[in-house]
Amino acid sequence: MKPERSQINADIRGYILENLLFSNDGSDLADQASLLELGVIDSTGVLELALFLEVQFGISVRGEDLLPQNFDSVDSMSDFVLRTLASAPAAKA
Amino acid sequence: MCGIAGFVGVKHGPDASGELLRRMIETLRHRGPDGFGYFVGDGIGLAHARLAIIDLATGSQPVRNERGTVWTVLNGEIFNYLELRRMLEALGHRFYTQSDTEVIVHLYEQYGDDFVDHLNGQFALALWDGEQRRLLLARDRTGIRPLFHAGTGGMLWFGSEIKALLAALPQLGVLDPRGVAQAMTYWGVISPDTVFQGVQSVPPGHVLVVEADGRRSLRRYWDWVFPDCRDGHVQRPFGSMDEAAGALRELLIDAVRLQLRADVAVGAYLSGGLDSSAVVALVRHFTTNPLRTFSVAFEDAEFDESGFQARVVSHLETEHTTLHCTRRDIGEAFPRLIEHAESPLLRTAGVPLMLLAAHVHDRGFRVVLTGEGADEVFGGYDLFKEAKIRRFWARQPSSTWRPLLLRRLYGYLDHSPVANAAMARSFFGRGMEHGDRPVFAHMPRWSTSQRALAFFSPSWRAEVQGWDPLTSLEETLPSSIAGWSPLARDQYVEAHTLLSAYLLPMQGDRPAMAHSVEGRFPFLDHRVVEFGNRLPDHWKIRGLNEKYILRRALAGLLPEDIRFRVKQPYRAPDHSSFFFGGEPLDYVADVLGTDSLREAGYFDPGRVGRLFDKCRRGDAVGFADNQAFVGILSTMLLHRQRVRRMPVP
Repeated sequence: MKPERSQINADIRGYILENLLFSNDGSDLADQASLLELGVIDSTGVLELALFLEVQFGISVRGEDLLPQNFDSVDSMSDFVLRTLASAPAAKA
Repeated sequence: MCGIAGFVGVKHGPDASGELLRRMIETLRHRGPDGFGYFVGDGIGLAHARLAIIDLATGSQPVRNERGTVWTVLNGEIFNYLELRRMLEALGHRFYTQSDTEVIVHLYEQYGDDFVDHLNGQFALALWDGEQRRLLLARDRTGIRPLFHAGTGGMLWFGSEIKALLAALPQLGVLDPRGVAQAMTYWGVISPDTVFQGVQSVPPGHVLVVEADGRRSLRRYWDWVFPDCRDGHVQRPFGSMDEAAGALRELLIDAVRLQLRADVAVGAYLSGGLDSSAVVALVRHFTTNPLRTFSVAFEDAEFDESGFQARVVSHLETEHTTLHCTRRDIGEAFPRLIEHAESPLLRTAGVPLMLLAAHVHDRGFRVVLTGEGADEVFGGYDLFKEAKIRRFWARQPSSTWRPLLLRRLYGYLDHSPVANAAMARSFFGRGMEHGDRPVFAHMPRWSTSQRALAFFSPSWRAEVQGWDPLTSLEETLPSSIAGWSPLARDQYVEAHTLLSAYLLPMQGDRPAMAHSVEGRFPFLDHRVVEFGNRLPDHWKIRGLNEKYILRRALAGLLPEDIRFRVKQPYRAPDHSSFFFGGEPLDYVADVLGTDSLREAGYFDPGRVGRLFDKCRRGDAVGFADNQAFVGILSTMLLHRQRVRRMPVP
């Protein structure tokens, strides 16, 4: 069963808060906030996030996917995850 | 090399003054284990801890003039003392020692406060003029030797390290959040600030004078100065690059010759890079000094340069030893480095150098030459090249190929998200609109390191609220910088931040002096700096080839693969030095525990705990996390050592 968008957002936000912002305060990060502009992530931060998305959601992140529009905010990452899941072949039952 | 301490305007009886001086200088015994010397007068005290290097028989300090009216204590070396002595003797001055220190009192008699202009050396000194009842504190041009002071008006205490001041004024043991914020942003605190409230440093190239009536003046006698390039002015100090390279070679030979002056054996550090190899090659080819070299090697291939070191050793036939340094060695010795550094650090790189100094000391050496300074003078850092690309790119911000030049600079980018042009624009393209600001080159570095400030506690965050590291630094810059070339601007900022606030104290003076070893830096001979500053940018960085003219000047002296080796920044393992098998070293768990953090009050225990767990898991892979971890750990160690005064194992 594919996860709901709200759950994806919550998972990604939780990961960023815990591992990149080191915070437990959800108000520290809005889903639309630009992580690049805020300086929350650098190039290794993007790699950390890509690894997290692969492990958490079972997707494969390709080099050409590492674009600002896919990784700049919680929302954009959720969009990317949902798009990737939708385009992936359906898992066998 | 030595340690100095003292006071002025403090009225004690002779016994109490002597006792105070003894307490202060005792803290600097590691800098000068060969004996203490004192001068005590009415309201004045000078103390000296001696590391005997020149004039072993009669070189004790303090040193006086003929009439006993001028006294000085010196930490460091005056390399041109033989020439100065000849000149002063011809003018009628009489000397009673063979030491370099004695030229200072006679130069002062001859030239007054301008005596510093005549010194070629690395020094921090105090000079007392008993007739005028004035004290001068002076520091070398680039900040090689440290000098701190505290007190107000006519009362002042000074010392080579802050611990000497704390011995006299324990109430100064309070950390200043703004100082710590500077250390965690610029990698070091910009002089005259320090991380201790009420403690200041004498800035490099300055003389601080305390007059008899308590008036103080701080005068800059030297600075890094570059040609004005406005109005199409072109720098043409030489007819050709070959002519300049030849002149540079002659100058470097003379700088090395001067810096070999000592009455003890002089060795050299050899990293395997261009700069230290150049110094060793100059010693080999142009002096008769026996060649003894020392290196550090790492178990991690990412940091190790021993293959290059072996290449140079074989080529120059030096007698060489290598200290093998493990991650555990670094983690266990880190508290000792902080004991000496007296500042938060963002890197562990000083630890291997401190361990190497112990190794050098154990082999009977007190003086080593190193290659420090060449990157600042001749444009060696990636930061300079990165800024060059970013400025080139800023001229056509929509260009898709210009940012890809960054991949030539950082090979690892081929395997990172930044291999993608759009991502490169996101990371390196930030702040492009600030291309004309003197801090343009340093903005990416500082924005990475400054992320550590997010770990401050609410009260410390409030203390640094509104502090802008960019404008704050720009306020310290000379107005003439606007007319300098882009590289010159970057070099100036680098010399006044990373070099003088981090590299020279934290990877130079403090780690070496922890074991009574004096580092000497021929590339920071002020004549070499002034020579480099006159050269056009493209002679220093040609295309993206750094230190181009230096490589030309060294033709025939080094193996070609070393002469044209691309710079590998010196680094050591950071957070991985503190965790083994997922477990922290005992003291790390102790000082970063919740109770410890809460007691100190500097950091948010929750945030630090999450970073701690990330490091423990081995997931902290980026510079920002590593720097924050080392910065927090070192601040907490400093708190234990200097604020709480508790021993750390």
